[in-house]
Amino acid sequence: MSAVHEVDPVLEVSGLTRIFTSQKGPFGLFGRRELRAVDDVSFSVERGRTFCLVGESGCGKTTIGRMVVRLLKPTAGAVRINGENFGALSGERLRRKRQQVQMVFQDPFACLNSRMTAAEIVEEPLLNFAIGDTETRRRRVLRLFDQVGLPQHFHSRLPHHLSGGQRQRLGIARALAAEPSLIVADEAVAALDVSIRSQILNLLKDVQKETGISYLFISHDLSVVRYLADDIAVMYLGAIVERAPAEALFNAPAHPYTRALIDSVPATHPRNRRRRSPLEGEVPSAAALPSGCRFRTRCPFATDICVRQVPPMSEVAAGHFVACHHWQVLPRLDAGPSGTGDSIAAA
Amino acid sequence: MTIITTSDATSSEDGEKRNTSSDRFRRIIAFPLRQPMLAASCGLLFAFSVLALASPWITGDPAALDPLGRLKAPSADQPFGTDQVGRSVLDRALWGTRVSLSVGISVAMVTTMIGVAIGVVAGYFRAIDTIAMRAMDAVMAIPAILLAIALVALIGASPFVIVTAIAVPEIPRMARVVRASVLTLRERAYVEAAITCGGRTTTILRRHILPGAAGPIMVQTTYVFASAMILESILSFLGAGTPPDVPSWGNMMSEGRQFLQIAPWILGFPALMLAATVLAANLMGDALRDMLDPSLQGGELR
Repeated sequence: MSAVHEVDPVLEVSGLTRIFTSQKGPFGLFGRRELRAVDDVSFSVERGRTFCLVGESGCGKTTIGRMVVRLLKPTAGAVRINGENFGALSGERLRRKRQQVQMVFQDPFACLNSRMTAAEIVEEPLLNFAIGDTETRRRRVLRLFDQVGLPQHFHSRLPHHLSGGQRQRLGIARALAAEPSLIVADEAVAALDVSIRSQILNLLKDVQKETGISYLFISHDLSVVRYLADDIAVMYLGAIVERAPAEALFNAPAHPYTRALIDSVPATHPRNRRRRSPLEGEVPSAAALPSGCRFRTRCPFATDICVRQVPPMSEVAAGHFVACHHWQVLPRLDAGPSGTGDSIAAA
Repeated sequence: MTIITTSDATSSEDGEKRNTSSDRFRRIIAFPLRQPMLAASCGLLFAFSVLALASPWITGDPAALDPLGRLKAPSADQPFGTDQVGRSVLDRALWGTRVSLSVGISVAMVTTMIGVAIGVVAGYFRAIDTIAMRAMDAVMAIPAILLAIALVALIGASPFVIVTAIAVPEIPRMARVVRASVLTLRERAYVEAAITCGGRTTTILRRHILPGAAGPIMVQTTYVFASAMILESILSFLGAGTPPDVPSWGNMMSEGRQFLQIAPWILGFPALMLAATVLAANLMGDALRDMLDPSLQGGELR
């Protein structure tokens, strides 16, 4: 995280908030229910890098992705793409701006129109953004097929003639077609077989090397994130609890939730098994957030201050931020197996 | 399944093209075998259309009176018999096909165009949804026949008025069907993908949403076609539809009603033809629904 990167962010998200409201009773006679899916989230994605959002299902990571590609309008906050606030645009300017952010979807079977051929699917963004004439578009489509590793003669196939991996390659080709600066990949490999998964991840890496594109990669799978990410943000219940360069996050996780996540990845060798106990309890409802720290209901280290105060983002190391009151004492506790919440209070 | 396997086996571009065209040919040949109901109903409706178009040449004057040959039972000379003033029931029934089919087709077209437009707009633009659909509910609350009789009584029995009178009560049903499919389609991932790919709203509706709703629309259109023919006959039977000088199944049945006990063929043959046409249209609708609704398909690849 050097100063050079900070100067040129492709995507800058600041104070992003999304509240879903539902009415209680007929015509909302009994008030409204508010659900804070995403609460005051800020981060930035630098050019040519991969930023991963990690968290369990329902933590708001998909909602952030949908706001970044502007399928959802933010309730508050800004989504700046190449310096321009995407969230505030509308009409034709919004449509034009979409060229700079494309999306790769989770379900490769649902995200392709089954009535369109492979070539038509990849050509669609080119047509929409009026890129090139018929001949250049045709050549570009074939080049995109090469780039994502699809045989060129697949151009007249319908999606249901393709396998899951091939469909996802097609989805990536479509996302690349308009030459965006950022691709949002929402669980892009979650629906694929494990054997195909690494192929697609390698494809994404290769494309990045070739084109210098940036990714906002949304996943719940730490092993995927570890392979791909340059920077990682860990989300819990609509907020970022820890944000750091990938290496720092895996080597020195500062937030209790991040630790629990990393520990929950099954070890491949018995020697590497960790002794820390897994998280207990359920994620609280986003419609009734706990006071203070939102992780306190499941945190083994929670104390009084966690109930009273929302933990501020503190900088653990350069570029490594954590939202926890106790981050300074946690590593010490971790060393001694008998550590409890009481000793934190004493410290 | 076999079709797909063969096209997969050949990898060259030329081979693939040749295969798809021969597949198409084979599918057309196999169509009546796979969809006997659809083929039969289409055939029947096609036969009726041909009869309707050809009736001026294959029949005599439907208004030609024959005072001596009144109320004759069906015979070799007059296969459907004659009515109370000696007109040929066969000739008149064939001419009546023209009225019924043209009213049915016009109503189906008008209803489809307006109903689809309202349904798509209501389904895709949430702001308009409530207003448009409550307006449709209001129209649906009016009994169709009463509205039709009132309109005809008010403006007079011209073809335009009859089509309007029958189409108006059918439009809300079409709008509802279309709105329901648009509501599910707009949430599909590929529609969201089309939005992020920079598709204009009109492009998205035309390329991604309308083709998906085409199945239910076609099915509903055939039902509208059938019920429009029945409504037209009801209106003519009540004397509010086709003018008496133009033979239609409805006014033939109305006239034949008085002679039902001594000459049942005057009412019977137009009624039979109406029943056959409506049945064919409904069967076509059912067969189309079975063919187009993926949830009713037993794992067959389309």
